[in-house]
Amino acid sequence: MADMLSRLRPWVFPVLVLSLLEWYVRSVADSSDALATPLQAARAWWDLLWLSSDEGLWRVTGFTLGTAALGLGMGAGCGLLLGLLLGLSPRAARMSFLTVEVLRPIPSVALIPLAMLVFGFGVRMELSVVAFATFWPMLILTQAAARQVEPRLLEVSAALGLTAWQRTWWIVLPAMVPRLFVALRLGVAVALVVAVTVEIAANPNGMGYAMMIAQQSMEPARMLAWLFWIGVVGMVINVVTLRAQQWAHVRMGGSVTDTHRVSA
Amino acid sequence: MNLLAQALRRCLVWWESIAVLLIFLSVWWLASHGDWISRVFLPTPEATWASLAQGFSAEPGQDAADLGQASWQTFVRMFLGWGLASLIGVGLGALIGMSQIARQWIAPTLEFLRPLPASAVLPLAISIFGLSPGMVLFVVSFGAMWPVLLATVQGLAQVEPRLKEVAAGLQLSRLAFVWKIGLPSTLPDILAGMRLSMTVSLIVAVVGEMIASQAGLGQAILLAARSFRASELFAGIVLLGALGFVSNALLAGLEQRLLRWQRP
Repeated sequence: MADMLSRLRPWVFPVLVLSLLEWYVRSVADSSDALATPLQAARAWWDLLWLSSDEGLWRVTGFTLGTAALGLGMGAGCGLLLGLLLGLSPRAARMSFLTVEVLRPIPSVALIPLAMLVFGFGVRMELSVVAFATFWPMLILTQAAARQVEPRLLEVSAALGLTAWQRTWWIVLPAMVPRLFVALRLGVAVALVVAVTVEIAANPNGMGYAMMIAQQSMEPARMLAWLFWIGVVGMVINVVTLRAQQWAHVRMGGSVTDTHRVSA
Repeated sequence: MNLLAQALRRCLVWWESIAVLLIFLSVWWLASHGDWISRVFLPTPEATWASLAQGFSAEPGQDAADLGQASWQTFVRMFLGWGLASLIGVGLGALIGMSQIARQWIAPTLEFLRPLPASAVLPLAISIFGLSPGMVLFVVSFGAMWPVLLATVQGLAQVEPRLKEVAAGLQLSRLAFVWKIGLPSTLPDILAGMRLSMTVSLIVAVVGEMIASQAGLGQAILLAARSFRASELFAGIVLLGALGFVSNALLAGLEQRLLRWQRP
């Protein structure tokens, strides 16, 4: 009984807030063009779920997630390679320091107009902005991960007479894996946020745009449904990547109790 | 002799770093002058510089956008939103973190809201507040609040148990405990959260200006892109990068000052 109660506990607060909202909108802002009650939003979500046209839930979600994943692949891939180079060679890191520090603070959204100018609307502009946004954290974290490889492992590789390539592939990369998963988790979160932001600001595709257009056509229930759905998608992805990160940590020889520290 | 060699080497490090940046700039120069990339997209560095200079000396009524004014407006929006977010984040975080019970009941909901993209709240805010400066400020501080709030809650949960015993021994009230022991010992977490929320607030401020047509750099670069004024667009991007750089550097300085007591 106590166990069940503690399992219910996380739901009490949101249910309370949602019922307050339901009551408020019904009593104060009834028949408003700007707001809908949570129940109406739930019904709008249900309708979206079964809509099989291009505006259906799954296709729109698929567009955003697919673009975010592809952009992440491009940005994180480049960031990983360059980060590895800068992490393994202190000289290269010193030399590129200034350039990185000049380019890194540019907020990714500043590139939305440029991407619009170059690519027009569509997948490619969103891809480019997501790739730019995910490149920097991946670069910095990979660099840090490569520098934090246990020195004794490098001594072992020297004693074994490994070539630089063998050392990177057999020793450095496997030793970096847990930290890389932490970086990847951050990258996934950034990719999703940036993809939705690009869609809200400019690109007429995906979840962000669906929400924007629902607001502009005075369908608050649908807008709230999308907002809620974006939250759910974000949370599910967060949980999945957290699991992956913990799995990688345990798999690469970290203790299970350590995973809590990593997750925090 | 040794000292001289050290100084020389330090000079060399800087020189190499600057050289790489210069190489980067000259590649830009070559790419635009050699028409590797169309000048519609990639203006020459000189043209960008000229746009910057013109933007800062623009008279009212002139064709060029007043970039100085726009930067200032974006800076104010970002800074106000960030300040509000920090205040509210620390306040709410302290309220929630103060009691074990509140933490257990409310924290899961906060974890749900954490991965939600801040810009996803824009459509909802537009339908409640309309396209006003206040709306953008609200979204900026709402989005930037989470890192600070979560850091405060988490930090308060991890206060050294012995400090709690000291507080109990001194018979401090709960409020006094949070004010005199809890928040100071959480300061590193809070500052890290505030740094993250600075980045978020710049991004959301720019997106908000783009969508709600509020004066600022976001609107300036969007208009420049729409009218194919690439040099002005690049000038805006440079300014946004500078804004990000300066605010980050200021905060890093503040962090070092405030956390001086932490280092031996």
